[in-house]
Amino acid sequence: MLKQAIENLGNHTIQGVWRIGFASRFFLSMLLHSGTAFRRFGLTIREMYFTGVLSLIIILVSGLFVGMVLGLQGYETLQRYGSESALGTLVALSLVRELGPVLAGLLFASRAGSAITAEIGLMKATEQLSAMEMMAVDPIARVVAPRFWAGVISMPLLAALFSAMGVLGGYLVGVKLIGVDEGTFWSQMQGAVDFEQDILNGVIKSVVFGIAVTTIALFEGYDAPPTAEGVSGATTRTVVTSSLVVLALDFILTAFMFRGLN
Amino acid sequence: MNKTVLDFWVGLFVIAGIGALLFLALKVGSMSTVNSSDSYEVIADFQNIGGLKPRAPVKSAGVVVGRVADIRFDNEKYEAAVTLRLDKRYAFPKDTSAAIMTSGLLGEQYVGLEAGGDSQKLKDKDRILITQDAVVLENLIGQFLYGKAQEGAPK
Repeated sequence: MLKQAIENLGNHTIQGVWRIGFASRFFLSMLLHSGTAFRRFGLTIREMYFTGVLSLIIILVSGLFVGMVLGLQGYETLQRYGSESALGTLVALSLVRELGPVLAGLLFASRAGSAITAEIGLMKATEQLSAMEMMAVDPIARVVAPRFWAGVISMPLLAALFSAMGVLGGYLVGVKLIGVDEGTFWSQMQGAVDFEQDILNGVIKSVVFGIAVTTIALFEGYDAPPTAEGVSGATTRTVVTSSLVVLALDFILTAFMFRGLN
Repeated sequence: MNKTVLDFWVGLFVIAGIGALLFLALKVGSMSTVNSSDSYEVIADFQNIGGLKPRAPVKSAGVVVGRVADIRFDNEKYEAAVTLRLDKRYAFPKDTSAAIMTSGLLGEQYVGLEAGGDSQKLKDKDRILITQDAVVLENLIGQFLYGKAQEGAPK
């Protein structure tokens, strides 16, 4: 009984360490083979269509609604203290620093990450990857690396669009609907949001999330057992793991970036 | 999917993304973090800076003319040395005075500059000699109470 438990623990540990090692080797070989992704940039552009352009609708709509809700709720609280002029600051800072990169990252993981895992997992299950190897085409260079770079390029753009739409949503609700003064809304926002400290840090965050989410998605797909069950399990794991990783990374990055401020 | 259609959409996506970044940089944030090429620094010593923080605005006549670049403690004078980074477009006389003020009752603190009458202008690394400290609420209340006690004292 006890022996069984210890054996289980040992087995899990070995499996875990093995997976981490495999994932790091996968990540490294992906970086080493990314030459093709840039030399044949058409491949990367094709993937950017699937990961970036097709995620646009959900990113734009969610951004708009998150901004509108922020505007409503922020106003509700701020007007109790007679400082509804700070609404622009509240909406812009929370979007640019946290909500934009994090929510865009979560949406990206569930919209694009799951698709990447399912696609690669199925390619593996139907032995397309082995067929490529037989033809002396490196599947990492031909299939994996373009998807990685497409994700890394798309993610900051999506996060920026999310934040911009959010600010617009906050503006619509705050200024157009509730009637906060337009001048104070923008000027207070511009006074509080700094380009380097806030916007650039948000962009850095979104790049990091892009790297994390696409790497996890690609690895789960590449590592999936070549069965229908295996692929579906890998897709689920992609969404769960990358969401958790995005949240954890966000906490760490925030602690480094914004602790010294204010 | 047709390749040109695909290229077109990705191009549109990239343009929209960069447009959003520009919108954030120009409309939401302020690029006005005056960079060192078109600004000059002056130093002002205060005995008490209250809650002044780096990046706080420097205003003259209510207009933002620069930002607080750095706050250090001068261990020889036991005073706070505040470095102000001012926009090159605005030159101030040598006998300009600096005061730490609060916008509104509970608002953020900023440095207010009041121009003097000297014909010479402040240059890079100059010191502002006339300064006025931040008002500390506790001291004010203390003075007020002290004054009240004096009033009520039997003559």
